[in-house]
Amino acid sequence: MMFFDVLRIELFKVFRRPRTFIAFGAIAMIILLIQFALKVNGQEFILFFTDSQTDTFDIPVDGILNGYFVCVAVLHIILVHVPLLVALIAGDMIAGEANGGTLRMLATKPVTRSQLIIAKFAASALYVILLLLWMALFALVGSLLLFGSNDLVVFKETDLHVISQTDVVWRFIAAFFFAALALIMIASLSILLSVFADNSLGPIVATVCIVIIFTILQQLKVPVFEQTINPWSFTTHMLGWKGFFYVEKTADGVTIPGSIEQPMALVKSGLILIGYSTAFLLAAIGVYRRKDILS
Amino acid sequence: MKKYLLILGCVLLQASVLLASDPEAVQLLSQVKKKYDLVNDYTASARLVTNVIFIKAPVSQVTVYYRKPDQLLVKNQKGISFIPKGTVHINMNNVLALTNFEALLSGTEMVDGVLCKVVKIFPLSEEESITRATLYIDPEQLLVRRSVVSTKESGTYSIKMKYGAFSWCGLPSVVDMEFNTRDYKLPKGTTLDYDNGTKKAEGLPQKGKVTIQYQQYTLNKGLPASLFRQ
Repeated sequence: MMFFDVLRIELFKVFRRPRTFIAFGAIAMIILLIQFALKVNGQEFILFFTDSQTDTFDIPVDGILNGYFVCVAVLHIILVHVPLLVALIAGDMIAGEANGGTLRMLATKPVTRSQLIIAKFAASALYVILLLLWMALFALVGSLLLFGSNDLVVFKETDLHVISQTDVVWRFIAAFFFAALALIMIASLSILLSVFADNSLGPIVATVCIVIIFTILQQLKVPVFEQTINPWSFTTHMLGWKGFFYVEKTADGVTIPGSIEQPMALVKSGLILIGYSTAFLLAAIGVYRRKDILS
Repeated sequence: MKKYLLILGCVLLQASVLLASDPEAVQLLSQVKKKYDLVNDYTASARLVTNVIFIKAPVSQVTVYYRKPDQLLVKNQKGISFIPKGTVHINMNNVLALTNFEALLSGTEMVDGVLCKVVKIFPLSEEESITRATLYIDPEQLLVRRSVVSTKESGTYSIKMKYGAFSWCGLPSVVDMEFNTRDYKLPKGTTLDYDNGTKKAEGLPQKGKVTIQYQQYTLNKGLPASLFRQ
């Protein structure tokens, strides 16, 4: 049995389950709600970020509220929650088979245990990519249709970046690729936890809890965590997609087209995420190969 | 009692002498105003560069509309830019059109290699938004090379002007405007920024600068007042 045959079967299993489509439905619903909210109350949303500058500058609220801005806002709001949707599928990969009593039968098939885990990982990764493509369709294409296009304004805690609309599209593509990298890492963590469990609920909840714990540590902004855990926490590096919307400027304050602020930080984050994915996947293979399958 | 009245009279007399306009300053201002009065309105296309410590923005292509005496509008041709509210002060008629003011000559100073007469202007009306202005006037060409305008609500604007083909009517080719800014800071965790190691520059002056490079002027073609009511 070839690897791709196993992958095809795994993909069939993933997309046969109704729960797979819950994620697609939920994402479409959330995006539409955010777009509706910004269409109705977008001005207030922008004034929240620019309130301190309204005395000094004319705030071009109508220009800022465009499709690119709405897409970044949508990604900012929902990408934090998407790990839950990924865990719903990836956490079920092995534990679901164990729970359904099909894991032992699966182990008798002419395919190595390593190949099986890799096929399940690849199926999860494809699911993540499809989820992000779906998100891109609604968040980017949908927002552009609803709000039109203009330069993109990105608000940070201490500064704001205006990016020319001719310099934006590649950043979205790069950001979606980076988000895929981050979510595939979550999928590999879920698969690893799934190997230990006989019930899919355990790895799904465990994955979500791990993400929540590290996100809270990151948000606390306490030096003891900022200097020790956060630099290596995957939740820190999962935010790397935002880095593609941070630009460099010249001494005159003019943005440099095509530039990224601290590009090496993004490379480092990408490598750390790939490292975690590989480590979790290898650990899952290692554990599963030695696993005494009793269910 | 007579003694006190005498002292009070002397003080009031001295104050009125101090505040009385310098005739030379007034004459210089009226000569400059005559030149600026040649323009009733203009439309100009220009490049606008914003240099503010917390803003990273591309160069904007803008259209500047002016209508006598004090209406000025800067509109983006495309894209987004954060235009300081004080941009209205790049129009020198904001100061030159004042009617109730005192003006004093305050020596000379070099501006971009040109010896200028320094004229300090104090509006007397409470309703004026300008509290004080200093103009650095090139007496040969009757051009304002630099101005420092203090306003009631939005601080002080320091404006430098360079002139080219339209110097005959007092329209600059390049304007550099410096202004005070407030710190930009959102509550922690609001934007959940990606930490790429960039440190915020501390201790830098909270000054912003806008440079407007004029590319083309269209003069006295008539602009509707409704344009400025946006």
